[in-house]
Amino acid sequence: MTATLLKIPLARIAHARSGDKADWVDFGLFAWNEAGYRLLEREVTAAKVQAHFAPWLPGQVDAWPLPNILAMKFVLHGALQGGGARNLRLDNLGKAMGAALLRLEIDVTEEELEQAQKSPRKGWWPEMSTRT
Amino acid sequence: MTHAIRIGSGLGFYGDNWEPVVASIERGQVQFIASDHLAELTLAILQKDRQRGPALGYARDVVPMLVRLWPLMQPRGVRFVCNAGGLNPMGAAQAVQKALATAGWHPRIAVVSGDDVLAQLQAPGERFDHMMNGADVASVRERLVFGNAYLGAQPIVEALDLGADIVITGRVADAALFLGPLVHALGWKLADAVTPEDFHRLAQGLTVGHLLECSGQGSGGNFGSQGSWQHIPDWAHIGYPIAEVWPDGTAFITKAPGTGGLVNFDTVRQQLLYEVHNPHAYFSPDVVLDMGQIQLHDEGQHRVRLTGAQGSAPTDQLKVVAGFQDGFKAEISWGFSWPDAWDKVQSAEAMIRSQLIERQMPFDELFVEYPGLNSAHGPLAPLPPAAELNERAEIWVRMVLRTRSKAVADGFGRLFPWMALSGPAYTCGFQGLNTSSALLGIWPTLIPRDRVQARVEILEPGA
Repeated sequence: MTATLLKIPLARIAHARSGDKADWVDFGLFAWNEAGYRLLEREVTAAKVQAHFAPWLPGQVDAWPLPNILAMKFVLHGALQGGGARNLRLDNLGKAMGAALLRLEIDVTEEELEQAQKSPRKGWWPEMSTRT
Repeated sequence: MTHAIRIGSGLGFYGDNWEPVVASIERGQVQFIASDHLAELTLAILQKDRQRGPALGYARDVVPMLVRLWPLMQPRGVRFVCNAGGLNPMGAAQAVQKALATAGWHPRIAVVSGDDVLAQLQAPGERFDHMMNGADVASVRERLVFGNAYLGAQPIVEALDLGADIVITGRVADAALFLGPLVHALGWKLADAVTPEDFHRLAQGLTVGHLLECSGQGSGGNFGSQGSWQHIPDWAHIGYPIAEVWPDGTAFITKAPGTGGLVNFDTVRQQLLYEVHNPHAYFSPDVVLDMGQIQLHDEGQHRVRLTGAQGSAPTDQLKVVAGFQDGFKAEISWGFSWPDAWDKVQSAEAMIRSQLIERQMPFDELFVEYPGLNSAHGPLAPLPPAAELNERAEIWVRMVLRTRSKAVADGFGRLFPWMALSGPAYTCGFQGLNTSSALLGIWPTLIPRDRVQARVEILEPGA
């Protein structure tokens, strides 16, 4: 039986925050559990992130995996029109760009998606654990 | 020494809310509060203040903040460290002293300065290449308006060793505001750090500072996710993060009981990587941090254990962030209603472009975005076809002019009002008649450590 491949946005299995320093935007991308992290590490390469932002940015993208905290670090060079204090966009600091990263689509099998979504989170979420 | 130290987060930026700090002081059992008032761009705002009056140039919120918090801190022996001094730490300290004295409080206040290196950057022939793109500072030297080195924790340690209750600095590395009190209280080696263990302890302290320097962003605020942020309780009464740090460097991130927000593995690590580039070489004036072996153990109940930060000796250079004048901008925003809203926006934009040319108003760029459609995600939010947009109830446009001429920027807003009676119909909400402002370029660079002399002074009582 061949596994069915799905295209899913990263938001289905990960969370993210963006920040700025001068003209660079940086992202932390985080899996909720080990199963999700294996997918991030396999699917979310620097080249894919660069291609995702290509309509917007000419710049280089650096990537570092951090398996110790189930996270990936990305840095986008030349992302802010020269820096936040001269950037004309409403989002001059790239605060919403973390959400734009979560729209990047990756290929996973149904089984992989289920594992990433149903395996317990490593973090303590009191309100979620009391939900039915 | 066998006891742990507890340090709480103050503000995360100039303009942040200090009310959550009350819970940390009253119920969080902290011995220190450290408060970061300076984002990368804040010195640009303070520089404009200083031009208006030489007594200004600091983050003025520190005065009402301490008027509110000092009466709670003093009886509990809580000490306070902040970088609200900005470009004028002595001015900030004097303003705080005066305001507290009026209310009958007389804390011992220390001032840390020496971070201002603008004169060195302005000196002809000096090499201060742009850290990120290698450009020569000569290209912006005439236009520099501020330039400050990021000092480390050492002068803060000295100020606390001198018995200061309140330490007010100019630009220091954000995390040093927290590392200073930890080194002081836990007796860690800093200037005399030699062994790997010395640097690992400092790396733990730096990580603590990094986790706490953005106030609520370290305890569930601004948690970026789809479908999970809704499960973070009571942001309106958020507790800012508190760290409990042990002499061996082991730290626990937590917050005051009975507050909102969430401290867990997820919220803490979003902050851990925030504004970090290479996570294996996070530079600071005091230690170079490698996050590659950090462990965050979620103990539940808003308590996360931090271990494994690896440190190595810092370099002989300090980071400098300078700002330079980089032209002007002016912006308008305007709403256009159905029918044909999209076509009307396009028509208004075309008329503005032709007017800029007819009136010979030189500009570098006319940036256009559509709030509600693409201002958050830019080209990653592709616009629907024009026919669909024309059926929308409303389309908003924001036009921003970039120009080297202040007069052109000042005149931009006046290109629009005539269209209210002589342009497309059904518009509302025009804003932007007088919105021109100066733009600043940021110039990050490095300076040899021995060319920066930090100073620590205790303010004379009643000065």
